Amino acid sequence: MSFLDYAPAPESTSILALRSDYGLFIDGDFVDGSGTPFASISPATEKQITMISTADASDVDRAVAAARRAYDTTWSTMSGRDRGKYLFRIARLVQERARELAVAESLDNGKPIKESRDVDVPLVAAWFFYYAGWADKLDYAGLGPNPRALGVAAQVIPWNFPLLMLAWKIAPALAAGNTVVLKPAETTSLTALLFAEILQQADLPAGVVNIVTGAGSTGEALVNHPDVNKVAFTGSTAVGRAIARSVAGTDKKVTLELGGKAANIVFDDAPIDQAIEGIVNGIFFNQGHVCCAGSRLLVQENIHDEVVDRLKQRLSTLRLGDPLDKNTDIGAINSREQLDRIRELSDIGEQEGADRWTANCAIPENGFWFAPTIFTNVSTSHRIARDEVFGPVLSVLTFRTPAEAIAKANNTPYGLSAGIWSDKGSRVLAVADKLRAGVIWANTFNRFDPASPFGGFKESGYGREGGRHGLAAYLSPTRTGSASGTDSTSSPDSSSSARKKAAK
Amino acid sequence: MTTTQLALRDRTQSLIGGEPSDANLNRYLHGIPGVDAVGLEQRAAGLGSRSIKTTSKAWALDRIISLIDLTTLEGADTPGKVRSLVAKAMTPDAADMSTPRVAAVCVYGDMVPYAVEALGSAHSAGRDDGINVAAVATAFPSGRASLAVKLSDTSDAVAAGADEIDMVIDRGAFLSGRYGQVFDEIVAVKEACRRADGSFAHLKVILETGELNTYDNIRRASWLAILAGGDFIKTSTGKVAPAATLPVTLSMLEVVRDWHRLTGVKIGVKPAGGIRASKDAIKYLVTVAETVGEEWLTPHLFRFGASSLLNDVLLQRQKMTSGHYSGPDYVTID
Repeated sequence: MSFLDYAPAPESTSILALRSDYGLFIDGDFVDGSGTPFASISPATEKQITMISTADASDVDRAVAAARRAYDTTWSTMSGRDRGKYLFRIARLVQERARELAVAESLDNGKPIKESRDVDVPLVAAWFFYYAGWADKLDYAGLGPNPRALGVAAQVIPWNFPLLMLAWKIAPALAAGNTVVLKPAETTSLTALLFAEILQQADLPAGVVNIVTGAGSTGEALVNHPDVNKVAFTGSTAVGRAIARSVAGTDKKVTLELGGKAANIVFDDAPIDQAIEGIVNGIFFNQGHVCCAGSRLLVQENIHDEVVDRLKQRLSTLRLGDPLDKNTDIGAINSREQLDRIRELSDIGEQEGADRWTANCAIPENGFWFAPTIFTNVSTSHRIARDEVFGPVLSVLTFRTPAEAIAKANNTPYGLSAGIWSDKGSRVLAVADKLRAGVIWANTFNRFDPASPFGGFKESGYGREGGRHGLAAYLSPTRTGSASGTDSTSSPDSSSSARKKAAK
Repeated sequence: MTTTQLALRDRTQSLIGGEPSDANLNRYLHGIPGVDAVGLEQRAAGLGSRSIKTTSKAWALDRIISLIDLTTLEGADTPGKVRSLVAKAMTPDAADMSTPRVAAVCVYGDMVPYAVEALGSAHSAGRDDGINVAAVATAFPSGRASLAVKLSDTSDAVAAGADEIDMVIDRGAFLSGRYGQVFDEIVAVKEACRRADGSFAHLKVILETGELNTYDNIRRASWLAILAGGDFIKTSTGKVAPAATLPVTLSMLEVVRDWHRLTGVKIGVKPAGGIRASKDAIKYLVTVAETVGEEWLTPHLFRFGASSLLNDVLLQRQKMTSGHYSGPDYVTID
């Protein structure tokens, strides 16, 4: 036998107690949706996991009303310390149910269990712990004393990190004193609904968090609802644009975290073995379904061949298959739709003249899969160098000087993240200074921390999530006293005119 | 200078582009890409999280036993202790004769005759199916002695029947940049490994990574030891903490992989010291297989320098066959 054909080591699904169908989570209870329910399938097997409700405009209306009620009667009047207690409780419950959440996430999303277990779920807990600590310290959020919550936040999240994106959205919103209506992505609603059970377990007051499931029209109804004060969206640039258009002219605050086409820059003095790992982690982590993925590899020309050689060798050791197997490195593509898009863009890459190389791995019969793929001989005008593939596809380009690396890295409508690999600290800092990207990693990639702000330049969106900045996105400054000291009108009034005044 | 020494110098000269002097070696070794500690440790941790179950685990446990250099390196070693160690090496588990034998016993030079005698016909003495005798030499563990002493230490052990020599490098010379001296010493010890019939005892070069401290140093010392003709590079004496760690071993394996790409020659790696649990040893097997390839998992190319590891593996092995854990009194002490 071959040792490297590790015996199957599947994580058991017996820890899950899933229902056969899930309703919407509104005002503290699961209720039926008015739209037509749809099946949630496992992308690795195409088997049905459960049925999910669809919220139509009337359901969204109920959810927003519940959130408004909870905001007015409970959450906005509760002390920061008490809000913090709820958040700490949620964080602990996430840790207690970590294995269950990881299994559900891998089953529903298709990502390898080692990632959901070691990255997603621990970060979810970390996010709630971090923002729980902020809840009674809002005076230090950088907006002056007594900053105020915005009101009801409408949050729409993507399918690539379902539970983690939920945490990125809900934790700061609640810490700042907002209430929430959240819509998970259509293909990955499961963990959001398990999270709703955790909220019940935590005795979070009814209506503070509401979860409405459904497709694009549900999200549209939510974002366009007249009684929401804040819209937070993570997803594609196209949808982000539509949201920006629809909220223009309203007084809704908006943060958008959109696509990316990150440059991962490898200089010839880079720690080569770690750089290879970083490249792999940069683009093949989570099957490349990462908005900040390092999808454009910029290698200094004199080490191009060696890097590509080593990269291919390394990719040949990746294990593609059952997301629930603890030794799986590459899981399933989240949906057929996404798989089609990856295939289409890869085919275009080939037609445009780039050289395609694909790791030799067996593809399971059912489910949606795409083997790790590298394109060399890519030029900046190729679509695979410009468009976000959102899959395990890496485009390799070269550069000769730091100036060229910077120019090529910035030559994209996006600007979410970038990576720099070099043993020379001064060069790392000098290059980082000139890159137009919200997050820049040096000698590492795809590392996240709740204390670190995350967000984009240009078409990668606006606003920041994480850290103090992420908190500020859910607050507005209270107008401080005028020179005479007589102005003390900062009552907890949720009417839009008061908010407008406060914002000025 | 003998032909072997000349051949090694020639090979090195063509690789580094000059005489193996301090300056030339310095230029070459400092031109090797650096190691990012955070990334290396992260990769090692990733490899350490592989889940090795059922049939894979059974295979791994047997393979670990056959890769062990069962070791006693105490000031208090006696012929009796060495005989007991050899008995354990030949029959690791008296209750299960299907248990494989270890690769070698590792002792101080003066204990070699007792080990050879105790092994009797089980001594490999050049054959592939026996147990080797490895001797530590060159003023182990500190290496602080004159070259003459180190060489006679080595040739004594070889003359007494040692199949493998575990030498230490001069860490003082390495850390002060006298790479040429370290190189020359290894070349000289290699020559001292020559037997009367012209064959050589295998040379393992101990870097004592705990004293070299940085991964960059460890990587340079690995290259230096291989350039100078070491058959194996070994992490530690076991007398300095930290001894073997997974990131250190991974880094050395990467050098061995690169050397193989460069020259087609396969060099062995031996982590030694501090590996006590089967679970940890399995992480090493995974790291070897996924870094240099599965073909390295043979006694010619990979060893564990360990003593207490063997009994933990035996307990795990018994558990796999019987379905339940026994206890430390169900395996013999050596």
